[in-house]
Amino acid sequence: MDNTLPSGSVHGASFYEERGHYRGILSWILSTDHKRIGILYLCSVLTLFGAGVLLGFLMRLELITRGPTIMGPQTYNEIFTLHGVIMLFLFLIPATPGVFGNFFLPILIGAKDVAFPRLNLLSWWVYMAGAVLAITSLFTGNGPPDTGWTFYVPYSLRTGTNVPLAVFSIFVLGFSSILTGINFVTTVHRLRAPGMGWLRMPLFVWTLYATSWLQILATPVIGVTFLLVIAERVFGIGIFDPAKGGDPLLYQHLFWIYSHPAVYIMILPGMGIISEIIPVFSRKVIFGYKAVAYSSIGIASVGSLVWGHHMFVSGYSYTAGVLFSFFTFLVAIPSAIKVYNWVATLYKGSIRVDTPFLFALAFLVQFSIGGLSGLILGALSLNVFLHDTYFVPAHFHYIKFGGGGFAFFAGLHYWFPKMFGKLYNKKIANYALLISFIGFNTLYFPMFLLGLEGMPRRYYDYLPRFQPLQVVSIVGSWILVLGLILMFGNLIRALFKGEKASANPWGGATLEWQTPSPPPAENFEKIPVIEHGPYKYR
Amino acid sequence: MNETARMTAEKHRDYTGSKIGMWLFLSTEVFLFVGPFLLYAVYRYRYPTDFHNAAAGLNLVLGILNTVILLTSSLTMALSIASVKKGNKKLSMLFLMLTILFGIVFLANKYVEWGAKIEHGIYPNSAALLKHSNGEIIFYGLYFFATGLHGLHILAGVILLSVMAVLIAKGKIDPSDFIKLENSGLYWHLVDIVWIYLFPLFYLIR
Repeated sequence: MDNTLPSGSVHGASFYEERGHYRGILSWILSTDHKRIGILYLCSVLTLFGAGVLLGFLMRLELITRGPTIMGPQTYNEIFTLHGVIMLFLFLIPATPGVFGNFFLPILIGAKDVAFPRLNLLSWWVYMAGAVLAITSLFTGNGPPDTGWTFYVPYSLRTGTNVPLAVFSIFVLGFSSILTGINFVTTVHRLRAPGMGWLRMPLFVWTLYATSWLQILATPVIGVTFLLVIAERVFGIGIFDPAKGGDPLLYQHLFWIYSHPAVYIMILPGMGIISEIIPVFSRKVIFGYKAVAYSSIGIASVGSLVWGHHMFVSGYSYTAGVLFSFFTFLVAIPSAIKVYNWVATLYKGSIRVDTPFLFALAFLVQFSIGGLSGLILGALSLNVFLHDTYFVPAHFHYIKFGGGGFAFFAGLHYWFPKMFGKLYNKKIANYALLISFIGFNTLYFPMFLLGLEGMPRRYYDYLPRFQPLQVVSIVGSWILVLGLILMFGNLIRALFKGEKASANPWGGATLEWQTPSPPPAENFEKIPVIEHGPYKYR
Repeated sequence: MNETARMTAEKHRDYTGSKIGMWLFLSTEVFLFVGPFLLYAVYRYRYPTDFHNAAAGLNLVLGILNTVILLTSSLTMALSIASVKKGNKKLSMLFLMLTILFGIVFLANKYVEWGAKIEHGIYPNSAALLKHSNGEIIFYGLYFFATGLHGLHILAGVILLSVMAVLIAKGKIDPSDFIKLENSGLYWHLVDIVWIYLFPLFYLIR
């Protein structure tokens, strides 16, 4: 690929220099430029990610000895609830679409911006409002919610803690998510550059498209469910209250009708990032483009039919259990198609082992472990045995953190030179990855074993026989935090002291690498005309 | 190039894009109401007799009146858009005002209806209601939640249409650019359709 593209735009200025109407902080928080909004999201989600990591770290630390170590049971319950709410609703769901989706979707399809730039800015503001409400819920009422991130009734109706404000903040965050979804679907339909047919779109765009549909169709369901919880708490309407004839099981259905697809909202865009990285560093067209593209849609649609696998022991009919188990196995197929195609892309490629590629490999390992353990949980009979044990958090941390989170880090290291025009120290980044990888697996793998031995999740205390593995897992959390500090320290250092990045440091073939680093406000001098698929190498 | 120059240079409108965006938003509204409708279906199946008895307590006359009002308001809404397309600003304004008025009358009726129920001690968690059977408590819980949520949508619609009226008065909506009014109309029709389902489910199952 051509590495010597001119840096500096038509006007010789990147989007950082073109401030528009406003100066200072206002040029950011009032900007409708999709790239600036992407950076706004980056700062916000990473701040909250830091808070989530801290809470998770404290939660682990509490378990280092039996009985109360650094906190009591009530605080422990509040902390695991907050950890879940922050990591899922404030980090994973908005992270990849909000940051990389906003920054790169228009560039990848050869557009100047998203379809509704002002709505895009509004979605960030609504996100911030939701974040502020969530934080307010910690310090008002009778303390932060202690229900777990699922807010299961009837406990969430009975607990004295501040459930109504917390669920309202998630309602608001859902609004932000919906606005992003509407914007992206319309953008993909209307703003593709001339010649960019559906099958010439980069695979990251395909995953964003599938994700956006999930955001549009699933989010309102949890919105209204949480409104019902608020109405229940404030007015006592009785819909979910067994004392008045209501059925708590229906809450679980409505909750998971959104929250299971939400798992795919968290992982699909991450899969898109991996689909971008692997062909670039294998110098090869992705193997089975169509299969990878359509499997995103497959995951999104079949993934909407599997919510009941969270409720195998909640008390519904055996037939329902069998059906939900069947669909759960079915959704493994499109996921496996992706993994096999990524691996097949490596085969006979001229692989360039570079930092983003290593991140993608870490993703492949961890995502595969997470996915396969998901099948174990999806099997009806095994689930009865493993339900609510450590096996479950081990599984979903492998998917959401080892998969979604590491894919986000991979994207950050892949697109960092483009977003900021600076190169980071690759050696330190590689070490940071190695340390995080070791830390991650030391932290979560023992949880599988603990789960198999019967350690229940969400307990702040445990039997003596669990202690050795708990301590291993806790040491893992220290290593992981060390790795993350090194990783982000290295990136922050690069912001100030990094070498200037060329337009195309990795030799990528997609459109973002044909603009200068960082891109000009207009993205392209003139809208490109697309004549071939996205991964053309020689 | 500064921001102002860029804005004027790029002041192209994507009519289809705006329509797609609006329809996507409307689909989220549909899924918002799917929740209560699903709950209704399950509870109706579980407590058929209680639902039948509880529905008899609702005021059918006011229900029919409100249905007629909303249906008529959808007509005036459509006429308002048609008038704007033909360039008849005054007529469009008149029809829009009528639509807003119908919306307000609907809410006033709802107020009277709810007020009468509350007067008789029938509201969520009231001592009088809790003496009824479980199915009736659930029926009224769903009734107040669903019609309340719908009422909020009518209120939002009235505010939205009032903003549109200001835009028409200022000449910002004209035959060359009426997508905002058209999208507001789509929203209004959706809220209308939701009522078309709520009405038989709560009033006509006696």
